[in-house]
Amino acid sequence: MSMLKVNGLNKAFSAGGMFKAIGKDKRAVIDTSFDLMAGETLAIVGESGSGKSTTARLAMRLLPSDSGSISWAGEDVTTLSGRGLRNLRSHIQMVFQDPYASLNPRMKIWESVAEGLRVHRPDLSKQQRREKVAETLQQCGLDDSGMDRYPHQFSGGQRQRIGIARALIVEPKVLVLDEPVSALDVSVQAQVLNLLKDIQQSRNLAYLFISHDLSVVSHIADRVSVMFAGRVVEQGRAADIFENPAHPYTRALLDARPISHPNERGKSEPVLAIGEGMSDSGCAYQPRCPFKKDSCADFDGALNAQGCACLYPLPHQQ
Amino acid sequence: MNAVAGVSLKLEPGRVLGLVGESGCGKSLTAQSILRLGEYQGVEKSSGDIRLDDKSLFEISDKALRTVRGGRIAMVFQEPMTALNPVFSIGSQIAEVISLHLNLDRQQACQRASDLLRDVGMQDAEQILKQYPDALSGGMRQRVLIAMAMAADPDYIIADEPTTALDVSVQKRIISLLLDLQKKRNLGLLLVTHDFGLVAEMCDDVAVMYAGQIVESGPVMDIFNRPAHPYTKALMGCRPEVSTAGKALPVISGQVPPPGHWPAGCHFAQRCPLAKDNCSAPVAADAWQDGEHISRCLHVGESV
Repeated sequence: MSMLKVNGLNKAFSAGGMFKAIGKDKRAVIDTSFDLMAGETLAIVGESGSGKSTTARLAMRLLPSDSGSISWAGEDVTTLSGRGLRNLRSHIQMVFQDPYASLNPRMKIWESVAEGLRVHRPDLSKQQRREKVAETLQQCGLDDSGMDRYPHQFSGGQRQRIGIARALIVEPKVLVLDEPVSALDVSVQAQVLNLLKDIQQSRNLAYLFISHDLSVVSHIADRVSVMFAGRVVEQGRAADIFENPAHPYTRALLDARPISHPNERGKSEPVLAIGEGMSDSGCAYQPRCPFKKDSCADFDGALNAQGCACLYPLPHQQ
Repeated sequence: MNAVAGVSLKLEPGRVLGLVGESGCGKSLTAQSILRLGEYQGVEKSSGDIRLDDKSLFEISDKALRTVRGGRIAMVFQEPMTALNPVFSIGSQIAEVISLHLNLDRQQACQRASDLLRDVGMQDAEQILKQYPDALSGGMRQRVLIAMAMAADPDYIIADEPTTALDVSVQKRIISLLLDLQKKRNLGLLLVTHDFGLVAEMCDDVAVMYAGQIVESGPVMDIFNRPAHPYTKALMGCRPEVSTAGKALPVISGQVPPPGHWPAGCHFAQRCPLAKDNCSAPVAADAWQDGEHISRCLHVGESV
């Protein structure tokens, strides 16, 4: 069942203030569509500045989109406001990257976690809120003895668990996770990834998982959208994309992953980018693409039937 | 408070040594102490020595120490965004290093600065020398920092998480640049990192740190093929790249004890599946040894 569906989203940021006259609009997200199903994990990957976080913020209605539509459980929510929008927010919650910056240092843990309840469940008494916080913290692997402490008394991994509890407390159907483990050490990262997996199964949650780390994505994602310069350049089932990337950019991203054992050194010839930057017209990947041809200058960037935005996709490997 | 205890490392010309560990294990502090950095911020040596060509860095004069810093041993820091001064041009920042260490006039220094930028793969060097750090991307800034480290032709480079702040594709290029320079100039490179992928890619030797101690060290193949210490094994095992998709990742239970709360014996004992009674007494760095591969563990090879 489709939970969150976005179609043809566009967003440009304009240079504001005193630079407005000389500034150029920056198109952060161009014609981006995806469909997130109940209980699945869709990962959006790409380098910094590719538009992955902006796409998530647009889909959550945290930012207004310039064009395109967003629907929630089959219902158009693109222009929802007021109580309807508040209601939507209880279904879609967000977990942020930096567990140090995303918790108010002057609020006790239980107050931070309970904030969503004050808005979405005004019917609960303080005692009931505290009970619910304790229960949610326990599900996230923290015991309730920490409820009256402050964020600085917790480690990075514990704070990320608190961040997850704060999102879960209003019982959402979708979690948007923006680089949820990239600030954590590997051993802590493993714990948090396992926790996310457990919670997803027990609550049938859908995850929109934003990450630049392909090892993490290959571990957790069911489907993947690869973004470059504001556009989705390839999307499909995670296993297919990791085994058979069709877009040269996807291939370059995969080949740039660090090896996992020193005996893989020099074993394969990576297909890396040959240049830097991106093109404003035609295929944006042209300046870096080792396979570019003249016709790429006129390419409109649309995905083909196989979910790849390239005129000359890479051959299927066995 | 002791933040690093009994760490010994040997860095040789032409070799890459990886110092691996999680945040707070003391790896950056160890790397910075090699150049006696941080002593004005209260970092103090309680015991031990640092020797460069058999000369102790604690016995030489401040002036001699300044020629060692940057001249013999240079450093590349993690944050390319903050390691450059935003109000000076790239050229003047590289020229500063050159004029501190080499006896060159202004024009020769400028020439050397642009040669250095070309060495690190920046073709329009003259243009970049005039620019300020804010005009450069993260990857380009990291190249500038590497060029600055190379400015006085050092024998050793200490690189503290040199690619952590960069995108993967940029990371790959900075890695090959560092390895290239290291081979061409026969540098001894100390790579401080949390990333076993980087170690697999770059290092000849590895030292693994946990809670202020080196728990295992040896040639890179030995460490990857036969990790001896239970911590090394666990840390390598919880990487998502070696896991099966969809399966739960193996985890290390408990948390790293903070400095000041280390146990008297093995620092890993509380979290270790193999811990026995004899782990509560201090364990020697080479309690287990196989050639150059040593481990601070009394129970290597035992199963749970």
